[in-house]
Amino acid sequence: MIERRSPVLTYIVLTVFLLLVITPFVWMILGSVKTQGELLRVPPTWIPEEPTWDNFRRLFDRPFAQYFRNSAVVAIAVTLGNLFFSSMFGYALAHLQFPFKRALFILVLLCLMIPGLVTFIPQYVLVVNLGLANTIPALILPFLVQPFSVFLMRQFFLGLPRELLEAGRIDGVGEVAIFFRIYLPLAGPAFATLGILTFLGSWNNFLWPLVVSSDESTYTLPVALALISTGQNQTDYGLLLAGATLIVLPILIVFLFFQRHFIQGIATTGIK
Amino acid sequence: MSTQPMTPTAPPRRRSGNDGASARRRGHRSAAEARAGLLLSLPFVLLFGVFIAWPVVQSMFMSFTDMRISDIRTPFAVDFVGVDNYVTAFQDPVFRRAAANTGVFVLGGVPLTIIAGLAAAVALDRGVSRLRSVFRIGFYTPVITSIVAVAVVWRFLLQPDNGLVNTVLGWVGIDGPNWLGDERTALLSLIVMAVWRNFGTSMVIFLAGLQAVDRGLHEAAALDGANAWQRFRNITVPSIRPTLLFVLVTTSIGYLQFFEEPFVMTGGGPLNSTISASMYTYNQFGFGNYGVAGAMAYLTFIVIGIVTLVQFRLMREK
Repeated sequence: MIERRSPVLTYIVLTVFLLLVITPFVWMILGSVKTQGELLRVPPTWIPEEPTWDNFRRLFDRPFAQYFRNSAVVAIAVTLGNLFFSSMFGYALAHLQFPFKRALFILVLLCLMIPGLVTFIPQYVLVVNLGLANTIPALILPFLVQPFSVFLMRQFFLGLPRELLEAGRIDGVGEVAIFFRIYLPLAGPAFATLGILTFLGSWNNFLWPLVVSSDESTYTLPVALALISTGQNQTDYGLLLAGATLIVLPILIVFLFFQRHFIQGIATTGIK
Repeated sequence: MSTQPMTPTAPPRRRSGNDGASARRRGHRSAAEARAGLLLSLPFVLLFGVFIAWPVVQSMFMSFTDMRISDIRTPFAVDFVGVDNYVTAFQDPVFRRAAANTGVFVLGGVPLTIIAGLAAAVALDRGVSRLRSVFRIGFYTPVITSIVAVAVVWRFLLQPDNGLVNTVLGWVGIDGPNWLGDERTALLSLIVMAVWRNFGTSMVIFLAGLQAVDRGLHEAAALDGANAWQRFRNITVPSIRPTLLFVLVTTSIGYLQFFEEPFVMTGGGPLNSTISASMYTYNQFGFGNYGVAGAMAYLTFIVIGIVTLVQFRLMREK
């Protein structure tokens, strides 16, 4: 490019901006290994003077291992469900002709715009009447099918050549088998994107589990942290920062590994 | 909405005599194709019907009834009350306050989020070549973190006495306010937090959109003496108009449902200065007023529909 006014300036501005953006995370992680005395000091300190695992130990004295497991089970089930159901439906919408196809697709698209609170109360009523209140399945079932997932998978399968389908037919492969044996094995990139996005959404999901779970045995991490941060421990900053770190760190690690898929996925679904 | 079914079998085309067999085969195949299509759709459609589509309808129904928490086991044994719930919502001063707060949040938050995202994207696209992915990851990190964790950290940072923000302000001689505890700064704090949490998404989408910008055009314009701002205004912005529309619409839809920030940070206070329409709707649900909550949720939905439509109109016409 021409006439570039000092890239150094751009770097400086971006770096300052970056530091501002990530300060809360650095603060959180450093704070999680500080003592309560140090956390309350004025002025605040940056580097922990006597690093300690005490906050995490106290966290796991509570059933936080259980909450972690609940969060993981729910997120994995929701992710697998979305991959499975949405890829089947998305493929059918992209490549097959069948009755009511257009109507079904429009219906799903309309639901992309509907605010969560519209479905919230009837879903709650439904779960209570099915006898599922306060169970793990109640945290999974309403999220197994999401309009966004179908939209993403349909876009992906539209991008795969139709010739594969024709070739499969000529070779005498059954219509359903064409999907499972020819198209599904090619869906890796879309699965990576959708998998990460739904896992993330489920892991961070807060409102629904808060309302549906009233017993410790079904708490997820965000629910548990929200409850201790508003209860009698609300000034136990060490405990709270350790809890926040426990929620954020696994996602941060996954993100660093798969950031290319994350970012490409969001970019492509945003553009198409 | 079109409910016209797709023709399951292609009309047989008879052009010559030996086409009959292949037409019949094609007929068989289309029937098989339709069966496979339905079979592959069925699991999703069933779950979708039960857990999403039906609740949408039921919610509409509920908003015209006097349903309360005591009716939870018998959701259909309720009385119709016409538009009473909608009237109740409009007459409720707290709901009107909540709607106004939501408006301020959207009008303040959406432009800031778009500007921050676009600025970061342009800087990363043109300004720097090294460390690009480091910046990109850093700016995107707030998007992936749990709001509950964010709330814990931000409440700590914004503390009036030993919070990091006021400590830093103290260095330059500013006596920082009680950010979340003061009516005048609470909503502002939440807007800043929302922008911090969401600009990464718009940045990523803009980065993809900027690939469509013609670099040759930029160079030609620069040779003709156009400065950076003129080139951005007259070349970059028109090239990314579809992306801009997409970001504007999705950000607005998200911010109109503004909920988690006040819910975990302020509880709507102080003195209802941060309560949002969605949060108040949720409170009505908590109080057991399901009918009123349903009406409020539908009002938000209607506003989202109108805002989306208007944005499409405005951006398309130009």
